[in-house]
Amino acid sequence: MSTNTLARRGSGRSSDKAFHLATLAAGCLILVVLFSVAAFLLVQSIPAFQAQAEEVTGGAGFWSYIWPIVIGTLIAAAIAMALATPVGIFVALFISHFAPRRLALGFGYLIDLLAAIPSVIYGAWGYIFLAPLLTTAYDWLAANLGWIPVFAGPASQTGRTMLTAGIVLAVMVLPIITALTREIFLQTPKLHEEAALAMGATQWEMIKMAVLPFARPGIISAAMLGLGRALGETMAIALVLSPGALTASLIQSGNQTIAAEIALNFPEAYNLRLSELIAAGLVLFVITLAVNMLARWVISRHKEFSGAN
Amino acid sequence: MSKRISVKDLNVFYGDFKAVEDVTLDIAPRSVTAFIGPSGCGKSTFLRTLNRMHEVIPGARVEGDVLLDGDNLYGPGVDPVTVRSRIGMVFQRANPFPTMSIRDNVLAGVKLNNKRISSSDADDLVERSLRGANLWKEVKDRLQKPGSGLSGGQQQRLCIARAIAVEPEVILMDEPCSALDPISTMAIEDLIAELEKDYTVVIVTHNMQQAARVSERTAFFNIAGAGEPGRLIEYSDTTDIFNNPREKSTEDYVSGRFG
Ligand SMILES: Nc1ncnc2c1ncn2[C@@H]1O[C@H](COP(=O)(O)OP(=O)(O)O)[C@@H](O)[C@H]1O
Ligand SMILES: [Mg+2]
Repeated sequence: MSTNTLARRGSGRSSDKAFHLATLAAGCLILVVLFSVAAFLLVQSIPAFQAQAEEVTGGAGFWSYIWPIVIGTLIAAAIAMALATPVGIFVALFISHFAPRRLALGFGYLIDLLAAIPSVIYGAWGYIFLAPLLTTAYDWLAANLGWIPVFAGPASQTGRTMLTAGIVLAVMVLPIITALTREIFLQTPKLHEEAALAMGATQWEMIKMAVLPFARPGIISAAMLGLGRALGETMAIALVLSPGALTASLIQSGNQTIAAEIALNFPEAYNLRLSELIAAGLVLFVITLAVNMLARWVISRHKEFSGAN
Repeated sequence: MSKRISVKDLNVFYGDFKAVEDVTLDIAPRSVTAFIGPSGCGKSTFLRTLNRMHEVIPGARVEGDVLLDGDNLYGPGVDPVTVRSRIGMVFQRANPFPTMSIRDNVLAGVKLNNKRISSSDADDLVERSLRGANLWKEVKDRLQKPGSGLSGGQQQRLCIARAIAVEPEVILMDEPCSALDPISTMAIEDLIAELEKDYTVVIVTHNMQQAARVSERTAFFNIAGAGEPGRLIEYSDTTDIFNNPREKSTEDYVSGRFG
């Protein structure tokens, strides 16, 4: 009997199979973990959803309990993003397109260093150093811009306010946004940069014409990653913010975020209180998921012009 | 509109490395001039010094003068940005902006000059430039589609349309056909023949038949060896370079003995 010389022989086949199985197992593992976390969240939060209104913290049902801290979470994240995104983009542009090479390198290391600082240290820095420093600024804001609701006085005398918390969050997400956008700016095809320069674009015009449009999806992704961190950040908020009821003013104490609420109350919580906090965690999870899906949608809307085709 | 380029004693350096040495030549307006020579002899480097695009590369610098109808590109107070808006460039690989529509690509350079161009003027300019680049018929129904969806040859013509939309005085082309198929190459060559009526065109090419077909004047560059600077060996009418070269190395190169 003649053997077919085209038939595959040897170990190549079986190692291929092993590799295939390993990747399959890894994929399944992710699904299992994800499923068990989701199931845990859902099952444990059911009592909070089903409880009588007066049994829940605040005495008016779960949704009345959760919505002020949802708003607080969004405010803190919004302040952080409003500050960190533009600054992060400009720092990244400076590193990638303006700074001399050696300075850019040093700056890059500095940013990576910032990203490596644990959040509890940022929290302590915000609480001990930044908050007292900002009290004079808050007094000034209350006196001069107090007619705007977000700056309504009397300003907090400790400085442990939503605005301080938002600024600390901004400092924490800044390295994420900077590091990621820098990578993307550096990947801008030379071809397109030269196309812009060759028709008489200044450096800044070239950036608007070639770099930023190319980096757009990446900037959105970077901002979303930063937002994810800002939404979920626990320690820094727990240390910096002196929490309280929802207030419009960002320079008074008050407001709370979901993550800090969970962290501060978890140690003493049991039964229904525990279920409330886990349900709060579920709400945070849903918010983060929604943000990520929104980002994907925004990115995919411009696919045709992304240069990927 | 079309202007004369006079290069005097030009040396080009990358850091300490002298890439091009002592080039002096004159390029007539409304003509096509071809630069030929073996790879690495400094054709691209020299071409880029004609609109100061070499300055994009850190460490690159020149000594000598380049005059555009008597105005020194390297004179004090001359902004490279201005130079480049008057002397356009087309690259080896077509590089339309992928995030822009075909229309916006054509208008990209015009909008740079902060001209608040009216929509109807812009329409006219887009049509005129695309017609000038022999691309209008192919794209007129999809001006809002991304430029990156076109074929390679069409993309290159889009880049030419973008370059001529700002009405430059000179158009520099660095091997504009080397990534294209023969049909697209022919389309570009036809286009170059038409551009010559209005512009000073300088084209670097690897393809000697192409130089012979499109140019009136040809400059042959060569290097003595690795690490040596490129030099201008011979510059004269294209027919002379190909049929009656003065230098032995020119003859060797055009007859395919090296390069
Ligand atoms: N960006 C650069 N940095 C340093 N040297 C370069 C650079 N570009 C080109 N060179 C060198 O300059 C010489 C001429 O290159 P180039 O102008 O690209 O030649 P050609 O276009 O004729 O093939 C070569 O020796 C090349 O290695
Ligand atoms: Mg070249």
